[in-house]
Amino acid sequence: MTAHDIAASGAGAGSLRRSLEAASPRYGERAIRAFLVGCAAFSVLVTIGIVLSLLFGAIDFFRAVPVLDFLTGTDWAPGFEPAAFGVLPIVVGTLNIVFWALAVAVPVGLLSAIYLAEYAPARVRRVVKPMLEVLEGIPTVAIGLWGLFFLRPLAEDLFPFLAWSTPHAVGVAGVAVGLLIVPLVASVSDDAMRSVPGSLREGAYALGASKLRVSLRVVLPAAVSGVVASLVLGVSRAVGETMVVLMVAGARPQISVDPTASVQTVTGHIGTTATGDISTGTTDYYTIFAVGALLFVLTLAMNMFAIRLVRRFREVYE
Amino acid sequence: MPVPMPDTRELTVRPAAAAKEVHRVDKTFELRRVSVRYGDNPAVKDVSMDIFHKNITALIGPSGCGKSTLIRCLNRMNDLIPSARVEGELRYHGEDLYGSRVDPVQVRKLIGMVFQKPNPFPKSIFDNVAFGPRTIGMKGDIREIVENALRRAGLWNEVKNRLKDNAYGLSGGQQQRLCIARAIATEPDVILMDEPCSALDPISTARIEDLMLELKERYSIVIVTHNMQQAARVSDMTAFLMVELTADEKTRYGELIEYDDTSKVFTNPADSRTEDYISGKVG
Repeated sequence: MTAHDIAASGAGAGSLRRSLEAASPRYGERAIRAFLVGCAAFSVLVTIGIVLSLLFGAIDFFRAVPVLDFLTGTDWAPGFEPAAFGVLPIVVGTLNIVFWALAVAVPVGLLSAIYLAEYAPARVRRVVKPMLEVLEGIPTVAIGLWGLFFLRPLAEDLFPFLAWSTPHAVGVAGVAVGLLIVPLVASVSDDAMRSVPGSLREGAYALGASKLRVSLRVVLPAAVSGVVASLVLGVSRAVGETMVVLMVAGARPQISVDPTASVQTVTGHIGTTATGDISTGTTDYYTIFAVGALLFVLTLAMNMFAIRLVRRFREVYE
Repeated sequence: MPVPMPDTRELTVRPAAAAKEVHRVDKTFELRRVSVRYGDNPAVKDVSMDIFHKNITALIGPSGCGKSTLIRCLNRMNDLIPSARVEGELRYHGEDLYGSRVDPVQVRKLIGMVFQKPNPFPKSIFDNVAFGPRTIGMKGDIREIVENALRRAGLWNEVKNRLKDNAYGLSGGQQQRLCIARAIATEPDVILMDEPCSALDPISTARIEDLMLELKERYSIVIVTHNMQQAARVSDMTAFLMVELTADEKTRYGELIEYDDTSKVFTNPADSRTEDYISGKVG
């Protein structure tokens, strides 16, 4: 006697058979599931593909140039005779940009976020928040133009005592990149602060804390993981930013802390080289893979460092 | 503008027999026709009552009767809700609590509050208690202040070896006692408690009730509670609020039905609605 027979006899003659098996195979559901898995796998595969292609190019490069020379060399002159492949000048160039960008984005972005999350009346928020999100989408080439033709002369007017020797200036480029990432930092930090439970604010207010104290001593520390995440996103953006840097920072690979200097960055080098007329297969050509791989490792290391930092300092609620 | 704090210490040295008389003498709050609206919706209407010094005053009543709204008027927490409007007269030791020169931040330094759900800051146990004293710039050794507050809240022995641990590692009852320690660390004049035990188990509740009876020696306490046994156990005075409907029957608001000695409210209430509620016929 099979299970079906029992079910049939139990339910009585002529009635519907009760079965625990699926009524139909539901192919549609399986197809959708397969499609979704495919989509998810696709983006992962693309990422792996990008990393691999960088890696293979970089391996070709390091056949010609020793890794140590590349990482510790202070002279960057691919395409010159004799060629030099010390990457430090353009790495320092990128750090320059990050420094000036953070000098702008940390105070402006965080203070905007505190204002939006804690001080702004609802109607101001309703206008400002979408505007921030629009600002995030401004084409970077427009920011580059604005940096070159507005910000750079303005900087010279404001600080005439500095040595403005070239039409480019890494400090100005960094500030422009900083303004570019302010909306990102402000928006993500604002979200983080607003997700802090209102009960914590009430608790602090009930102890006679002023609004400033509640914001800085209770809300900001409780939101620190989101705030740090916003800064990491901002730094990644500043490290990866190419167009503004190409247009405003110039293209001289040199180690300099002078904000008025013309300086090439890692991305600047990739941008100029990839769009220049360098024949494929040469060592000069492979620099962009090596430098690209370095950029990838740098941002990855930074993100992992930030995650550790956040775990260490996060104030867990609930 | 600092609100002056009258010196009432002499009251505590009077003999216990006179206590019944004493507690009705010194008024901490005087409410005269106090109404609260949220936008156009009335929440509480025309509440008049006196809240006495070094008493435990309980506010009881069904959900939606405006108990929480009313208690939040007393330390101007309602100011944090943009649509809230408070009307009528509310005096604190004779001074208009809603006067144009009164600073709500200053008010809250004198009138502490404990909330329904324990809300410790996501900081160490020590920093939680130290937050208030640091905020008001209290003089003296901060470690001593923290230890005293934790001792008075009956939490010291449980946490003295882990003051640097995060407060969220404590149990719910411990967290609530931490919140009480945090509130008393600044030596306030009044402690408001908005259903402080509703999220706690009976043992933690009993501990907090004992604590309230101890704290009463030094502070005036106003407590909102859903638990009538709790009101009967701990309070000296009880106010019963009830939900009423507006004339057009569209909105509900809270109204003070009866306010008297707790023993009277629970044994011989003047209003039949109070009797129905405390005997469990409604609500």
